[in-house]
Amino acid sequence: MLRVEDLNVHYGGIHALRGISLNVEKGKIISLIGANGAGKSTTLRAIMGLEKPSKGKIIYEDKDITNKATKEIVKSNLVLVPEGRRVFTNLTVKENLVLGAYLRKNQESIDQDMQWVFDLFPILKDRQQQKAGTMSGGEQQMLAVGRALMTKPKLLMMDEPSLGLAPLIVKNIFEIIKKINQEGVTILLIEQNAKASLEISDYAYVLETGQVFMKGKGLDLLNNEEVKNAYLGT
Amino acid sequence: MDIELFFQQLANAISLGSLYALIAIGYTMVYGILRLINFAHGEIFMFGTYIAFYAMTSFLLPWGGAFLIAIVLTVIFGLLVERAAYKPLRNSPRMSVMISAIGTSFLIQNLAIVIFGGRPKSFPVPDLFNTVIHLGNISIVSITFITPIITAIVLVFLLYIVDKTKTGMAMRAVSKDYEAARLMGIDVNWVITITFGIGSGLAAIGGIMWGLKYPSLLPMMGLMPGLKCFIAAVIGGIGNIRGAVVGGFLLGLIEIMLIAALPALTGYRDAFAFVLLIVILLIKPTGIMGKNIAEKV
Ligand SMILES: Nc1ncnc2c1ncn2[C@@H]1O[C@H](COP(=O)(O)OP(=O)(O)O)[C@@H](O)[C@H]1O
Ligand SMILES: [Mg+2]
Repeated sequence: MLRVEDLNVHYGGIHALRGISLNVEKGKIISLIGANGAGKSTTLRAIMGLEKPSKGKIIYEDKDITNKATKEIVKSNLVLVPEGRRVFTNLTVKENLVLGAYLRKNQESIDQDMQWVFDLFPILKDRQQQKAGTMSGGEQQMLAVGRALMTKPKLLMMDEPSLGLAPLIVKNIFEIIKKINQEGVTILLIEQNAKASLEISDYAYVLETGQVFMKGKGLDLLNNEEVKNAYLGT
Repeated sequence: MDIELFFQQLANAISLGSLYALIAIGYTMVYGILRLINFAHGEIFMFGTYIAFYAMTSFLLPWGGAFLIAIVLTVIFGLLVERAAYKPLRNSPRMSVMISAIGTSFLIQNLAIVIFGGRPKSFPVPDLFNTVIHLGNISIVSITFITPIITAIVLVFLLYIVDKTKTGMAMRAVSKDYEAARLMGIDVNWVITITFGIGSGLAAIGGIMWGLKYPSLLPMMGLMPGLKCFIAAVIGGIGNIRGAVVGGFLLGLIEIMLIAALPALTGYRDAFAFVLLIVILLIKPTGIMGKNIAEKV
């Protein structure tokens, strides 16, 4: 569904990605793990067209999207829940969700998805008229995911959705990720919480200093000594 | 001040205040989206007035058509300014954009002196706007009534766009977070274009009404109203449309009432705005309606 080949990204003189290659199969949950600064966020940002690759290719559903505008990429049902949630705090919950469907025309299908989001996150339904900025971190994360779902994604990418949230809410988020995946949405997930993400992943990539350091099935990596020592803290 | 004079001045104050409000909205909307004080806004206002003037005097168009053409051309002019002076600096430090704005303002002023001439031009005022209306012992020129009415209509329309339409939502989203807006598929440059277009259109409407009220045009005529309306926007809380309206009215009210009460201060008329600015910045730096929503993590 998504294939990244030899992706290189520079920030001025910093060579942040040094030839990343990934493959995301339809219907799966794939995760990217790795230390801070390994290049996980940059990878997803480059896929969304927010960073310009200096080299490499990004192929999505057999189309080269390497230098496409973000708008076109969103239109092809690929979406990113950015690091730090980035909900529109000055807008209401409902308005945030409506903007998720900014490029969509079919009102009936938009309403259906709004209902779907409310079923997944009942709290958003209760808080529709509230300004997003007045909600807690966990609620804002749910809104960020809900807003992304309103684009009707085939592939949903999430950058550290559990960051800074209480353990109970983190558990909740992971359950919802699984649920969204079961409803047919492919997922590419970045997580600090390596254990929890490997447990739900079909396949995972370990990034280190802008390169793929290791890859394998989620459960295999979970039992791998090197991964255990470096990322699972056991 | 007797009661009749008071009402007379109140009408003047509301009229001037609504004119300030209209121009201040342009500053505040552009600031909200670009975090830029568009110093060329006063010149866009001046441009609109001159176009209306030439449309009526050189092209002999009826005033309705002339005003419409002036608004359209001013919108186009504003978009060209944005394209030439601001868009190339989209990823530059804020200071560079500000210097570009100040430079653009000077450039347009001086081009206007060359093209329009430095001598004052007399704006033709159609009878509709120049009729004296008598209410008891008070007599008021019709433009004094028409200005706030036009402003109210424009304001309702504008608030509808910003608060209720998807485009307005996109504008508010862009003003908060460019990148998150792009991730929703919003074309940020398009939203900036629309915002500049609206701001320039309002400047043109303001300029035309200014010409009807003070029918002597000069290439520098945008300077002082521009500064005052910028101040009005800051007083109200820059970035906030309702704030710009409040700031505009407040400024108009204080200016007119102070002069009416203390005619000796007439010479300092333009200085009140700056005093008010300093006072507001000392008391509430974010402006009257400015607020900082606490961002929770
Ligand atoms: N906007 C930026 N400007 C300069 N360097 C950056 C920028 N964003 C990220 N980097 C650098 O790129 C590298 C990868 O960062 P990032 O993709 O954010 O890593 P991760 O998400 O894995 O923590 C780091 O060395 C980081 O310092
Ligand atoms: Mg990151």
